[in-house]
Amino acid sequence: MIDAYTIQILVVFGINAIMALGLNLITGVTGQLSLGHAGFMSVGAYTAAIMTLRLHTPYVLNLLAAGVVAGLSGVVLGFPTLRLYGDYLAIATLGFGEIVRVLFLNLEITGGGLGLSAIPSKTNLAVVYACLGITLYVMSKIQKSRVGRALMAIREDEVAAIAMGVNSTSLKVQAFAVGAFFAGISGGLYAHYLTYINPNDFGFMKSIDSLSMVVLGGMGSLPGVLLGAAVLTYAPEKLRFLQNYRMICYGAFLVFMMVFRPNGLLGGTDLRQLVKASFKGLNWGAMAKQGARTREGIGGSKDGIA
Amino acid sequence: MFLTQLVHGLTLGACYALIALGYSMVYGIIGLINFAHGDIYMLGSFFALYLTSVVKMKIAPAFLIAMGLTSLVGLVIERVAYKPLRRSGRLSPLISAIGVSIFLSTLLNMYMGPQTRGFPDVITELQVKLGEIVITTTQLYIVAMSIALMLLLRHIVMRTRVGQAMRACSWDREVASLMGINVDQIIALTFAIGSALAAAAGVMMGVYFNAWWPLMGFSAGIKAFTAAVLGGIGSIPGAMLGGVVLGLVEILGSAYLQSSYRDAISFTILIIVLLVRPSGLLGRKIEQKV
Repeated sequence: MIDAYTIQILVVFGINAIMALGLNLITGVTGQLSLGHAGFMSVGAYTAAIMTLRLHTPYVLNLLAAGVVAGLSGVVLGFPTLRLYGDYLAIATLGFGEIVRVLFLNLEITGGGLGLSAIPSKTNLAVVYACLGITLYVMSKIQKSRVGRALMAIREDEVAAIAMGVNSTSLKVQAFAVGAFFAGISGGLYAHYLTYINPNDFGFMKSIDSLSMVVLGGMGSLPGVLLGAAVLTYAPEKLRFLQNYRMICYGAFLVFMMVFRPNGLLGGTDLRQLVKASFKGLNWGAMAKQGARTREGIGGSKDGIA
Repeated sequence: MFLTQLVHGLTLGACYALIALGYSMVYGIIGLINFAHGDIYMLGSFFALYLTSVVKMKIAPAFLIAMGLTSLVGLVIERVAYKPLRRSGRLSPLISAIGVSIFLSTLLNMYMGPQTRGFPDVITELQVKLGEIVITTTQLYIVAMSIALMLLLRHIVMRTRVGQAMRACSWDREVASLMGINVDQIIALTFAIGSALAAAAGVMMGVYFNAWWPLMGFSAGIKAFTAAVLGGIGSIPGAMLGGVVLGLVEILGSAYLQSSYRDAISFTILIIVLLVRPSGLLGRKIEQKV
């Protein structure tokens, strides 16, 4: 059987993947750079933790509430800031992440800098992978739907999309809300897995981690995001034997990955063919194909965010 | 009290402005948010710390050598981590920059240890009292030095051929290259200048707060980036103004409001400014063209 260490890595991978899939909808599919995604995860984690500690609500309800509250905060952030474009949006989301962190460090209900501890341990492998499965299903449905194509149109050329009758502001807010919802779910899972949360767990580096997963795997591609999450969850573990050199190697690894595969692991055409072939039979193999075809049809977004 | 805080905020703001200039210039030319810039600032401070405490150098030569060394590092980073990615979208160089940032800060963390280190006494500290206001010599040096560097930068950008080429590149890189400008060289030069300015800020902040630690680049970097956006990213006077405004807001905010909310205050103001003036205080309005 699998030992506890492997299970832990698998659980952390699942949680990371759910969060990265949420961010992928915002950044990979819709093309809006968000640098504050950990803020949503934080909101979700604290919602779940406070509900279970104060109200003793059941686990499933906590998770749902975590997603809903995070999604609502996505709407609240999205409405004013999605008028901004490109890097101004990026800095506004970065600001949001920091504001959430500082706020939770100072509020009483969140336990301040001490964080919240003794959260019941409920998250296990099965729950995480059930959630991951649902997330993948929802994301693939969204990407294949009319809304998904509209989102991709916004990514490729927002002005042209508006000219074709796409209500870009409303759709961007929706994408933000859904992306934030899944970040919230992953936050809830995280809180109930580690049983201890601290505002600094969800700092800027956490946002960067999930963005790296999305970009590393290949933006907009669901198998790509999964692969990115897997590599970036597993690589730091594998690099543990390097001890102090570990993070140095991680930094260098990110640079070299980008230099040699600038469009992400699954972003290159030939590799994509390969993946398509090897994933045939799995139900998301067809999806990858569909996603790839749609992207190429739109104009082969080599540039990602234009 | 208020005026003393104002001087403190101004000093801090001058340093933020110097860092913000590097962000803004690089962004203006290649559209990259250079996340490693904060760590370049940390590195500049480190060089000065090393030169003054181990080599026992005086602060003035250490300051200049630190600027020189840091701009060399900036050149190497540009060559290794950004240049190969020039044609591959916008997010890949961003991730690469994050990789550089992690690399530099953890490298120094391992080499020097995570603790905070003080600078040796490099400046004879005197206080000038103007009625209510207390100004230290360090503060005077910092503000004077920042103004001098900014004037020098302005001269380079506005009055020299190289500066003209830089402005041309930031206007339109492709057209600039058609006019016979060696764009790669100009980009490298921009990185070198930006890194030197960040190093200057790093040395001054290190001496001012008498503190160096390997992760000091992170929050200074984020704040300087905020300053650059606040002033209008890509605009040089904007970066200066943004830096000073942010420094003042931060100091006055933490002096008169709750200080633990200090960072949140700066970011809230940033978001409000962006909503009212999405292109920053002095940024040129970018029109979306089809």
